[in-house]
Amino acid sequence: MERAILKTLNLARAARRAAVTISDLTGGVRVHVEGDDCPEPWRLAVTSALQSGRAGIVETEQGAFFLNAYLPPPRILVIGAVHLSQALARMAPVAGFDMTIIDPRTAFATPERFADVELIAEWPEDALKERPFDRFTALVAVTHDPKIDDGPIRAALAAGCFYVGALGSRKTHATRAERLRQAGVSDAEIARIRAPIGLDIGAASPAEIAVAILAEIIEALRRRDTAQSRGAIV
Amino acid sequence: MLEAANVLDPLDIAEAWLKEGRQVAIATVIETWGSAPRPVGSHLVIDDNGNFQGSVSGGCVEGAVITEASDVIASGAAKILDFGVADETAWRVGLSCGGRIRVLVERVDG
Repeated sequence: MERAILKTLNLARAARRAAVTISDLTGGVRVHVEGDDCPEPWRLAVTSALQSGRAGIVETEQGAFFLNAYLPPPRILVIGAVHLSQALARMAPVAGFDMTIIDPRTAFATPERFADVELIAEWPEDALKERPFDRFTALVAVTHDPKIDDGPIRAALAAGCFYVGALGSRKTHATRAERLRQAGVSDAEIARIRAPIGLDIGAASPAEIAVAILAEIIEALRRRDTAQSRGAIV
Repeated sequence: MLEAANVLDPLDIAEAWLKEGRQVAIATVIETWGSAPRPVGSHLVIDDNGNFQGSVSGGCVEGAVITEASDVIASGAAKILDFGVADETAWRVGLSCGGRIRVLVERVDG
C-alpha cells in the first residue's frame, strides 16, 4: 500500500466520509471515497460495499481483489425531548446508532426522562455548533414547533444528512414545505424530508412510531445514493 | 493528529508511526471460514521493531503475523497467510475456536 493511499483513507475516516479500498492482494491498493466518481468495472462492488459496510473478496476477470469498507458510525440527532424520543433512545443503541437529543424546552429535556442518552437542553443552533451535521447523521425533528424544528431541518438538508425526518401530518408538512421554500430551500431538498415521519406500518403508540422511524432511518442508510457528490475531502 | 478517541485505531497509528520514520506493515483479515474471532477487514499494524497495535484474531495468531511482517517490511513483497485447524501441520499456531482466517500482510511504501 502506498502511504498516500493510507493518508487519503485516514482523512476520509476523520471527516466521517465512507471509503472503500480495493487491494490486488499483492500490495497494490486504491481507495475510493463516497461521493467521488467510481470508474467501471468497480461501480457495483464499491457501491455495495459502501452501503453494506461489508468487506470481502471480489472475483473479476483480472483475478481476485479484496474490498475493505470503512463506514463512519451512524448517529441519530433528535430535535425534541418528547415521548417518542424516550422510546427511540432505548432502541437506537440496539440497532447500532449513537443518539443525541436536543430540546431547548427544559420542562421536556430533563435527566429523569432521559437517563441513558446524551441530552442537550439548548437551542439547536447553539448545540449544533459543537456537533455539526454530516452525511452519516440522521435528523429526527419531532417538536412540532417551527421555531425549534425548521433551523436544524435546513442545516441537515444542506449538510447532506442521509436521513431528514420531520413529525407532522401531510397538512402540517405542506405548511412547513412552504415556509422552507420561502426561506430559499429548493424543491429537491424539500422532497428529501421524510414526512409524515416513519415507515407506514400503522404505528399508533410512541414506541411503535419510534420503530417506524428507526426502520426508515435504516432503509435510508442502506439504500443511500453513494454516488452523490459532496466535494473533495482534502 | 491523533484524536483521543482514535488512539487505538490501527490505521491512524500506522500513519503516526510512518511520520516518526518507522517502517510499517499492515495485516488485514481478508477471508474467514467458520467461527473467526475478528471480522473480515480487521487490521493489525506492525513496525520494524515488532511493535504492534490492533488485532486479526483474539491474540491466537498475532505472534506469527508479526514474525511474517518483519519479512514483508524487509522485502516489500506482500504475503497472504492462512491460519486455522486445517493448517495446523503447516503452522505452529492455530485458532482454538476452530475457524480459519486468511490474512494479507503488506508494507506501506512511500
